[in-house]
Amino acid sequence: MSAQFLVSQMLNGLQFGVFLYLMAAGLTLVLGVMNFVNLAHGSLFMVGAYIAAASFERSESFAVALLGAVVGTGLLGLLLHGTLLARLQQAGHLKQVLATFGLTLFFNELVRIVWGPSSLYMQLPDALSGTVAVFGITYPAYRLAIVGAGVLVAIGLWLLVHRTRIGMLIRAGATNRDAVETLGVNINALNAAVFVLGAALAGFAGGVAAPLLSVQSGMGDPILILTLVVIVLGGIGSSKGAFQAAIFVALVDAAGRTFIPLILRSLMDRSLANAAGPAVASMLIYCVMAIILAVRPGGLFAARGR
Amino acid sequence: MKRSTAAAGILLGLMTSAAHADISIGFLATMSGPQGVLGQDMYDGFMLGIELAGGKLGGQKVTVIKEDDQSKPDVATQAVTKLIQKDRVPIIVGVTASNIMMAVHQRVTGSGTFLVGTVAGPTPVTGANCSENFFSTSWNNDSLHEAMGAYVTSTGYKKVLAIAPNIQAGTDAVNGFRRFYKTPLADEIYAQWNQADYSSEIGAIQSSRPDAVYAFLPGGMGINFVKQYQQAGLLGVIPLVTTSTIDGTTLPALKTLAVGAVTGGSYSPDLKNEANTQFVAGFKAKYGRLPSLYAAQSYDAARLLDSALAKVGGDVGKKPEFRKAMLQADFASVGGTFRFNTNHFPIRDYYRIDVEKDAQGQAAFVTKMTVLKDHADAYVAQCPLKD
Repeated sequence: MSAQFLVSQMLNGLQFGVFLYLMAAGLTLVLGVMNFVNLAHGSLFMVGAYIAAASFERSESFAVALLGAVVGTGLLGLLLHGTLLARLQQAGHLKQVLATFGLTLFFNELVRIVWGPSSLYMQLPDALSGTVAVFGITYPAYRLAIVGAGVLVAIGLWLLVHRTRIGMLIRAGATNRDAVETLGVNINALNAAVFVLGAALAGFAGGVAAPLLSVQSGMGDPILILTLVVIVLGGIGSSKGAFQAAIFVALVDAAGRTFIPLILRSLMDRSLANAAGPAVASMLIYCVMAIILAVRPGGLFAARGR
Repeated sequence: MKRSTAAAGILLGLMTSAAHADISIGFLATMSGPQGVLGQDMYDGFMLGIELAGGKLGGQKVTVIKEDDQSKPDVATQAVTKLIQKDRVPIIVGVTASNIMMAVHQRVTGSGTFLVGTVAGPTPVTGANCSENFFSTSWNNDSLHEAMGAYVTSTGYKKVLAIAPNIQAGTDAVNGFRRFYKTPLADEIYAQWNQADYSSEIGAIQSSRPDAVYAFLPGGMGINFVKQYQQAGLLGVIPLVTTSTIDGTTLPALKTLAVGAVTGGSYSPDLKNEANTQFVAGFKAKYGRLPSLYAAQSYDAARLLDSALAKVGGDVGKKPEFRKAMLQADFASVGGTFRFNTNHFPIRDYYRIDVEKDAQGQAAFVTKMTVLKDHADAYVAQCPLKD
């Protein structure tokens, strides 16, 4: 096994981790700050990808597509929060899970009705469609750009939460909702803002993913599951924890997919190893999660407080 | 829809003794979920076949009762039970996925109902469990992979890497490929079913530098893989040979990203024969897109039924005569030559079909060569049927 191979798999893990972070950042804010379980986060990702592909088809511009995805899902988040989810704010987690799971089914059908059963077309922006040489390997430029974009979002979010007045209110609202309300802050407006921000982040992730992935109904569901793993490991509500956990989950996943089939092949019959390898690799991250939660129930990277 | 179906059922019940009764045909396919696009293409192709024959098959007016199996075997079993017992259809057409075919094959054919499979062709129903009441207008699942194995052998590539999903169809694909490509494979990579990100697998391909990659990744998996293979700068550098990965249903999502890939199959919209010219023109006019092989084989099913029903005067009740008429396959297949083997699966040609840019700069399928001529499947000897 060559060093280049290891480097490329490390980069793959890093890139996928940043991508997971874009999803997890929004979800962990909504869950941690609003105490709201939003299983429709994967649907917002999917809708973001669809809006990006649809606006790309009209405009042929990647920037317009990405902007459309962010603004479109942000507005959709506002609509969802205003019409349905705000009413469920005090209803308890079970009702939130049921309602938002229902929303995922609704959106999976809705995109089929609006855009048809076929996957939509979306291509890379010309400037990022090539490959670049890094650390002695050629790597798709677009995937490197995702890493950069994710890091920028992480910095921006950290500044927003820790260095602005809104961020301070968000943190205060998460700690003691009643006290903040007593001080004359409109906590519902604050919640709506957090939800819209989370939705827009999911839409951004969807728009970024649209050129890489098949834009199709249900594409958000598998991503949502990994995102939930990330926010649980990262400590719910912690956007810094989400960043660390996302990178960790993606690296473990990439390492599992790369090395477990190789290890199994040296231990057992090749055909058996071929069958078992992907199955074991796909389980790995959940096994790791179970162990970590047994040892540190608050999550691997949970900060003191938030 | 429901009421008209019920009315047709009652009508059929009243008129079974009449000489010229309408015929109800059940249509079962996966119409929803990620594979729903296949079922839609199948349905569109089949309905076009009936429409171009004036809404009739063999001179009889036809009512088609559509059922969605949702890609779930239990739903499919319920649907065929309803079609057989409540709607009393004498013929069921379609079936998208192999696991669905395995779930319904015995139930349909065992009840004396005819089943025309237009896509799925799992090995058991090709070989030991074949049925006199079953006819396929598609293939045994291995055939496509055998064809590409034969093609890759002809290219002289020595170091070939195969990638397929970690399910039965995936290992079957690699085994079918190896039946006609005898050189040991450089590597076999099995990805998870419905996997979205292939960066890790593509990294492995980059580091092993094979002469060619053979990929069997149906539906959304194929779209994901081909996009990412192209973005990694490998398409056109390491030849990509595929089956059921880039087809009429996924090319609209890939467009020119797939240019340079080699595919194989029994049908391409650019095949030059009179039946196909009429089919493609009709399909484009009605649905505004090019037909996939799934649409083509379902259209063939309509033409096949038309020819057989005409021979028995529209009376499916004459089962031995109808069976014989079906076996004669007296129709012009849009895929070229077509005749039935003793296991009621076709003996047909398989082609190498490349994805190229056409005169308008759009991605199009271009038939390059016939890879296997009059190809029969490998399991016919296991089927006890001898006519």
